[in-house]
Parts: sequence; C-alpha cells; structure tokens
Amino acid sequence: MTTILQPDHATIPGVSKPGTSRTARRGHGLSDRTIAWLFVAPTIALLLAINIFPLIWMIRLSFTNLNLSMSYLPLRFVGLDNFRDILTDEDVWFRLQTTAQFVISSVALQVVVGFGLALLINRQFRGHSFWTTIILLPMMLSPAVVGNFWTLLLQPQIGPFNYLISLFTGVPPSSFSMTGQVSLAPWTIVLVDTWMWAPYVMLICLAGLRSIPDYIYEAAEVDRASAWRQFWSITLPMTVPFLMLAVLFRAIENFKMFDMVNLLTSGGPGSTTELVSISLKRAAFEKWRTGYSSALAIILFVTVFGAANIYVKTLNKVKQR
Amino acid sequence: MTAAATKSTAHSIVEASPRTKAFAGGLVILYAVITILPLLWIVATAFKSQSDAIAYPPKVIFEPTLEGYVNLFTVRTRQTPDFIAKLPPPQTWYDQLVRKRDMVIAGPSKVVPRFVNSLIIGFGSTFLAVFLGTLAAYAFSRFRIPLADDLLFFILSTRMMPPVAVAIPIYLMYRQLNLTDTRLGMILLYTAVNVSLAVWLLKGFIDEIPREYEEAALVDGYTRLQALRKVVLPQAVTGIAATAIFCLIFSWNEYAFAVLLTSGEAQTMPPFIPFIIGEGGQDWPAVAAATTLFVVPIVMFTVLLRKHLLRGITFGAVRK
Repeated sequence: MTTILQPDHATIPGVSKPGTSRTARRGHGLSDRTIAWLFVAPTIALLLAINIFPLIWMIRLSFTNLNLSMSYLPLRFVGLDNFRDILTDEDVWFRLQTTAQFVISSVALQVVVGFGLALLINRQFRGHSFWTTIILLPMMLSPAVVGNFWTLLLQPQIGPFNYLISLFTGVPPSSFSMTGQVSLAPWTIVLVDTWMWAPYVMLICLAGLRSIPDYIYEAAEVDRASAWRQFWSITLPMTVPFLMLAVLFRAIENFKMFDMVNLLTSGGPGSTTELVSISLKRAAFEKWRTGYSSALAIILFVTVFGAANIYVKTLNKVKQR
Repeated sequence: MTAAATKSTAHSIVEASPRTKAFAGGLVILYAVITILPLLWIVATAFKSQSDAIAYPPKVIFEPTLEGYVNLFTVRTRQTPDFIAKLPPPQTWYDQLVRKRDMVIAGPSKVVPRFVNSLIIGFGSTFLAVFLGTLAAYAFSRFRIPLADDLLFFILSTRMMPPVAVAIPIYLMYRQLNLTDTRLGMILLYTAVNVSLAVWLLKGFIDEIPREYEEAALVDGYTRLQALRKVVLPQAVTGIAATAIFCLIFSWNEYAFAVLLTSGEAQTMPPFIPFIIGEGGQDWPAVAAATTLFVVPIVMFTVLLRKHLLRGITFGAVRK
C-alpha cells in the first residue's frame, strides 16, 4: 500500500510523553530530553553555519555596492538600489521569462511522457521490472555530465542525433544545429531535460496507480463503466495528488536549473537559453557584482519558497478531498 | 474464473488482456531502447579512435581501440617521427599505442587525483550526513521536540535554494576561512545539503520500526543510547544504507558548487570531465571514457537501490 506522508506527528503512533513509563528508570543514562537536544543540535548547528549564516550575510550584502573585481572601491550601503535595478531591468525579466518557459514546457512534457509510461508499465507485462530500471537510469546521472555528452550527440555533423533525424525526414544533417540555433535551442534543453526526468514523474505516477485498490475497478466493472470512463473517474483523480507532488519537485528543480543547461548550451546562442541561474552565475562569478547578485539571489529564493508554500497548501487540499 | 468472467475483465485495468499487455510492453521497450541509446553511444565512443569519434557520417561500426582510455590517464606530447625513431622500443602496450600517433607519454593526467577527490568528498560528506541525520531523525521520530514540524520544514527548505545563490555567500565565507578549494570545505558543504535528505528519509525509516522493541529493551534495563545502538540501528540498517547511497550519489554528481568553489586541489570529476582537452578541442574518446568510468558506479547503485528509489527521490514523501 502506498501513501503520501506528511511531517505530521499526529500520524505517528505513541509519540513519547515525558514523565510517563520511563521516568522510573531514569536513574542511569541521559534523560530523554537531553538526548533529544544532543541529537538534533549538530544538524541544526551545521545548517545554521552553512545555510543560514551565509544567507543573512547575503541579505546584508544585497544592500551594498560590493564588487569583488573592484574591491578597492569603498563598501557603500546603497539601500534598495540593487533591488530597484533588478526589478526594472528588462534583461532580468527576459531571463525570468526564459526560465518560466523552460520550467512550464519541460514539466508539462515530463508529465505527459511520465504518466503515459506509468500507465503502460502498470499493465505488468513480462519483464516490466527490467525495462523500468533501464528507463530510470538517466535521472540518476550527473546533470553536468549529461549536458556535456549531449553536446556530442547533438553536433550538427558528427553527432548521431541529426543523422537519425535526417534518416527519417531527409533533412540534411548539417542544415540545423540543435544547440546553436535560436529557434531550436530552447527546445533542446527541454528535450534533454525530459530524457533525464520523465522517468522521475513515471516512478511517482506508478506509485499512485498502484495505490488504487482493485476493488474500485471491480465495482466499476460491475457497473459496466467503460475503460475510458474508468480512466477519467477513477485512475486520473486518484493519481492527481501524486502527479502534483511530481510537478512540485520538478518545478523547483527546474527553476534552479544550472548544471545541465550550462554545459549543454551555456545559455546560448546569444541568451536564448540563459536561465536565471546562469544569469546569476555570470553576475556573481564573472562580473563579480556581489551586491547586485546577492539581491537577485534573494529575489529568486523568495520566489521559490513562496511558490512552493502555495503549492504545498493546494496539494494538501487536493489530498483531503 | 469462468470464461464469461475472464471476458468481462478483458478491457479492465485490473488485469490487462494479453494483447494490451503486449502492446504496452512493446511501447515501453521502444522507449527504453531510445532512452538507453545515448548512453550506449557514449560507451562506444570511448572505444573509438579520435578520427572515428568525429567522423561524418557518425560511425556505428568501427575498429575498437583503448586510445580514449590511454589519453584519459596520460598527458602526451607530439614529437617528430625522427625523434620517436631514435627512442628505445616502447615498453608497454600503451606506449606503443601513443607512438603510433607520433606522440610520447609525458606523464599521468589529473584524472586520478580528481577521481580520488570525488571519492574522499563523496564518502566524507555521506558519512557525516548519515551520522548527523540518523541522530536527528531518531530524535524527531521518538521524542517530543518543540516546533518539530517547523524544524523539519526548515531542514528541508535549505535544499530549495538555488545552488548558485547559496554559492555566493559561501564563496565569501570560505575565502575568509581559507576553505576555498579544499576538500574539507566541500565535505562540509555537501554534508549540509545531504543532511536534509538524510533526516527526512531516515525519519521515515525509523518511524516504521515499532516502538515496542525499544520499550522492551528499556524495561530490560538498557539505557536510551544502548537501546538505540542495539535495537533500533540494526533494524534501520537497510534504510541507513539506502540513505547513504542517495547522499553518495548526490555528492558524486554535484556540479554547481564544485565548479564555483574549487579550481584545482579539491576539484571533483563533474567539473573536470568536460575539460578533457586534446589537440583541437575536446578529446571525445577520452571524455567518453571518463564519463563511462564515472557512470558505472551510478548504474550499479541504481540497480541496488531500485526498491527504495521512489522514497529517495521524494524525500520520503511517497513510500511503498
């Protein structure tokens, strides 16, 4: 039986109540309360040191003009200037638009391919387990390495991809470049991302499909519901919470996308595939505009965080239905 | 089941008909084959000569050579045929292979140190993350911790930040602490990223262990720590192993932090592989050889993890 679990203590049976059965033998060893804090503290301390302290530092920097390539300039507090510059910069909005297009089209494609595959695999044909494992391989690989080797596969002349396309369509293989052409590059990153992550959606959907008890279908059979009707009234609604979870994870990951695209197109040609993370990397680690890029990083973080929160709330509502 | 009953379920989703099964199987196998082709192409490219690797049209049938692997592990210099003729005869098969291209091996390449970095940083951060994660997960699972849900959400939220955004202050902080381009710095950073996954996954695994076992041990006079070590941990071993593999895979595959915060000493494989350069650009057979060696452990782990994969990729939100 498959379930979606939430961090909810109420669902865990018998949460320890201090001062009950174990008080009697607290004579030796540490008290539960001490152990609890000793166990949680190192993790929290590490996260405070590596995540929260730098984040607070970054918030401070976002109000300054710090530029590491011109560190001779006196550090000056500029108030909200960086935020104003970013939010009024057309380029930034353009990058955000590019990112949104990438996120929406790749997640949509992955949902279609992943859900389709899950429906097919759920037929339990012979050897389905082996083939599922094969399909899962791409998502386990390093995105950077994937981006890198796809550049070879997609080379206009020497790459097998264009050659295969020309075998099927007759278009000369050197007449188009998947990574070098403004009209194709945005689709190329969607294509490679889908190759990599459609299995992810598939795996989650498969869990959803398997969580539907057989007796519901059996009842539908008794009522002579058509297969089509069964899909729309049973399969799809009962898989929706799982689909939404997959969409949430994929959308966050793709919004953060840096590695695969950086190696596949490095934002090019021009800036057609310059996702917001790549843009941030350029501002922070090539132009060394630390103050400005800190502000951009904070805007991005607030965006992901806010969107994820809203989404999780919606997800919980869907689940309760 | 009677014939009539079988017929009535023929189009059912409960038990698909043989024809539906064959059709579904065919489509899935077709997709699997398409999905695996790029990987097979890379494995094959590793056994191509430089000219076969960039031949037009792309070569499916070629004479296999180990040149790619030799190039991956060595640094070579081009020499005149006269110079090579004067040298003593080649000592090894790889010397011979290199000399056929009018080159001489000048020394080992950087691939081994990079691989070692990947191993040290991968295992170091995995060990720390799993250790800290197990303790925290046990506490969250068994004790009443004030604001537990908020703390758990905080732990998870640290993973939602884009790595490039996190790298900006980390870069400044590491510069102050002399941790830039050090293995220790990368281990700490990867531990912080992995610990969120470890806490969430392990809490799920420990939640599944019945509390009665520990309570029996406590009644028998064990202390909490003894009960944890002798009762809970042995039960959680599979979960801990699965969590460790997920952490290891993350550290092994990570690129953004590695490329922004290391340049030499502590560089791992992912930022190194794309920059294996031959004469005139990327040395594709060598890049493909490095990719193959890099990916093989991941393939093995995927097969090992198959049962826990779903859990790992959803932070324990979906279980089977």
